[in-house]
Amino acid sequence: MTTINATINTALAKRSQITYGIALIAVGLFIYLIFGLNTQAGLQTTYGTNLAGSQALTIPDIVVPAQMTVLVMAGIAVFFGAFQLARGVRSTGWLIGILATTFVIAFLTWAAQGKSFNLTGMLSSSFVRATPIALAALCGVISERSAVINIGIEGIMLMAAQAAVVGATVTHNLYVGLFAAILIGALVAALHAYLVIRFKVDQVVSGVAINIFGAGFTAFMSSRFLQKSGDMLNNSGVFPTISIPGLAKIPILGPMLFENNIIIYLMILLVIAMHIMLFYTPWGLRTRAVGEHPKAADTLGINVYLMRYVNVIIGGIIAGLGGAYFTIGSVGRFDEEMTAGKGFIGLAAMIFGKWNPIGAFTSSLIFGFADSLQVKLQILRVPIPSEFLLMAPYIVTMIILTGVVGRAIPPAADGQPYEK
Amino acid sequence: MTDTNKSKPKTPEGIGGGSLRDALRVPALAVLTGLIIGGFAILISGANVFTAYGALFVGSFGDPVRFFTGFQQLFTTGETAGLLRAIYPITESLVAATPYIFAGLSVALGFRCGLFNIGAEGQFFIGALCSAYVGYSIVGLPAYIHLPLALLGGAAGGALWGVIPGYLKAKFGAHEVVNTIMMNWIAFKLSDWLLNGPMKASGFRPVTPNVEVSAQLPRFFPDPIRLNWGLILAFVVAYALYWFLFKTTLGFEIRSVGANPDAAKYAGMSIVRNLVLVMAMAGGLAGLAGSAQVLGTDHWVGQGFSAGYGFDAIALALLGKSHPFGVVVSALLFGFLRSGATRMQSMAGIPIDIIDIIQGMVIIFIAAPEIIRWLYRIKNIKVEETVLTRGWGK
Repeated sequence: MTTINATINTALAKRSQITYGIALIAVGLFIYLIFGLNTQAGLQTTYGTNLAGSQALTIPDIVVPAQMTVLVMAGIAVFFGAFQLARGVRSTGWLIGILATTFVIAFLTWAAQGKSFNLTGMLSSSFVRATPIALAALCGVISERSAVINIGIEGIMLMAAQAAVVGATVTHNLYVGLFAAILIGALVAALHAYLVIRFKVDQVVSGVAINIFGAGFTAFMSSRFLQKSGDMLNNSGVFPTISIPGLAKIPILGPMLFENNIIIYLMILLVIAMHIMLFYTPWGLRTRAVGEHPKAADTLGINVYLMRYVNVIIGGIIAGLGGAYFTIGSVGRFDEEMTAGKGFIGLAAMIFGKWNPIGAFTSSLIFGFADSLQVKLQILRVPIPSEFLLMAPYIVTMIILTGVVGRAIPPAADGQPYEK
Repeated sequence: MTDTNKSKPKTPEGIGGGSLRDALRVPALAVLTGLIIGGFAILISGANVFTAYGALFVGSFGDPVRFFTGFQQLFTTGETAGLLRAIYPITESLVAATPYIFAGLSVALGFRCGLFNIGAEGQFFIGALCSAYVGYSIVGLPAYIHLPLALLGGAAGGALWGVIPGYLKAKFGAHEVVNTIMMNWIAFKLSDWLLNGPMKASGFRPVTPNVEVSAQLPRFFPDPIRLNWGLILAFVVAYALYWFLFKTTLGFEIRSVGANPDAAKYAGMSIVRNLVLVMAMAGGLAGLAGSAQVLGTDHWVGQGFSAGYGFDAIALALLGKSHPFGVVVSALLFGFLRSGATRMQSMAGIPIDIIDIIQGMVIIFIAAPEIIRWLYRIKNIKVEETVLTRGWGK
């Protein structure tokens, strides 16, 4: 079995090596033909590096000649493509990175030729937009490391978002809202865990039921109570921005990382904490054992069911936090379907990040970037209908899922109920 | 062994072990329990449960008093107006059930092959848009060409939307649940653009022009009763799917891949081909749901047209145990629920979203029959263990 797999893998590697080379050359040609030929000579693209209202030290903007930059990007892509075909680079991650970077830089330079484009603003908003995706991805990581698939993250976040705004508005205390969101997240996740562990319900089906229930429940509450009472229930305000003294003064990085609200800082802490917990503590070892080989873990005296309950509920708490972000973390009011598929995009980020907290977080940044790019491009009045730009995050999700899922290996027991 | 089999009434294939009564008991109790929990939700929201469910009943079946006076009028004066008014609610329920049958069959077919098609919503929308386009852009064709062409257009559009995730699943192992949901969002954005741009009728509202009369599914009664041939078509398609799944080799292959892909592969069946085929067919069925809605009922497409049909379809496919006949029965039930809920909303002020809450509950109960058995103290029901979905990339 292993020999067969190894043969297939070598064959696949050979094929993907050629595929990547061709893809890079194709992107290079695309950049040249579409962006290069449509960029006027002599125009410049200005990348703004300062954000209005930020504490960061001001630095000069980056100004580049538009056509030259686009052509250089095309050249780089073609060069690496040819190199890949001739010699072959082992690391596909680097190749995808080069492919994406050259394309995005060329695209932005073309789109913003003769205009100014705020780079810091976009990076900062990528980070903000990545937050709910990263939290959803972390929820997925922790559940699936103990072998429970949670596809109901979307529904959990929706319910938590509503609970947060109502809790915060009624008590005039944002922290009560945060607590309500976390509580709802934990409760719904506990229900999911109970259904899939105790009753061995198909995990995906249970998750979908939670999504349908969540969408229906929040819409029901919204039209029955929130809309009628107006601001009485659904106007909470948002968490204030906290600047970290000193660090916030760093140009570009300061506004991006150190001028955010509490939920975003909590997200960063969670990424680090979960990484340490999963890979450097006995609890993490047990979790992974339960996810990879529950029978062996059980033999060693680990309580498989308990580990799964605990992990899924912790996941629910994290998803609840993600839900809170949508209301009390960003706009201060609840709208129906406001999560807009972020829970599912989080799952794709989890897979792309290979079920690692840090990997999941980095891939969330890519989705956040795609999301914020789409907003900025609408402002730049790119001659592409806004609806197509809005599709970008979803298309990126599909491409990434397709490109990596064969290589990303889930925990061995993922999705399987355990029977003693 | 053979004697007991002979004495029992014959149940259609694929319903599962045991008698028809056993097969129906859990779904029926699941719906009942869902309604009871929905009743609590109504109670908590501060409305009268009996008023609400009364309105639900009248909204879905019609007012008994009106039936009585309608018949009386018919026999005394020969006037049909009163009776037509009386049957209006029940025909509306059947109209609502029509797209449910198609969409439910779409999800059920996926389940039979171990695929979870959450994308029925997007496929429905794309199918409707394609049918509408064929329906309004071609003028002057006779109905016997134009109508099949419009239906085919819808099926093809839906199939395209389904085959993309199917191919990605079969070739690359990308999970169809995430990809079909992404395709849903892409369909919504695409339709936003189409309805505001290329397909927009003259006027302010983002809707398509009306389809030509030659592309409309004929109606049985004068306006405003919208019951049309779409329902008959749905029944025919349901039977055809039953025949395909249980009486043909290809259907057997599909079910084998769903039940045990390793064994199917070992027996020489192509998993890739079956997965792609099933997703194309499932997409086509969901596309037909959109076609039936636009060609039979609405005659135009607007924003928010699909209104959750794709998600309801999941619940009713589970409720119907992924069997075409079960799907038809559950689709009728959901049609009556939805249609009645509209009246419940206007009469008792209960938001129509209560139906989603009930549906979420029904899905859970169907997927966990143990809860129902525990609640109602039922013992010894033979339950067919079916694999519904699989983990990532398998």
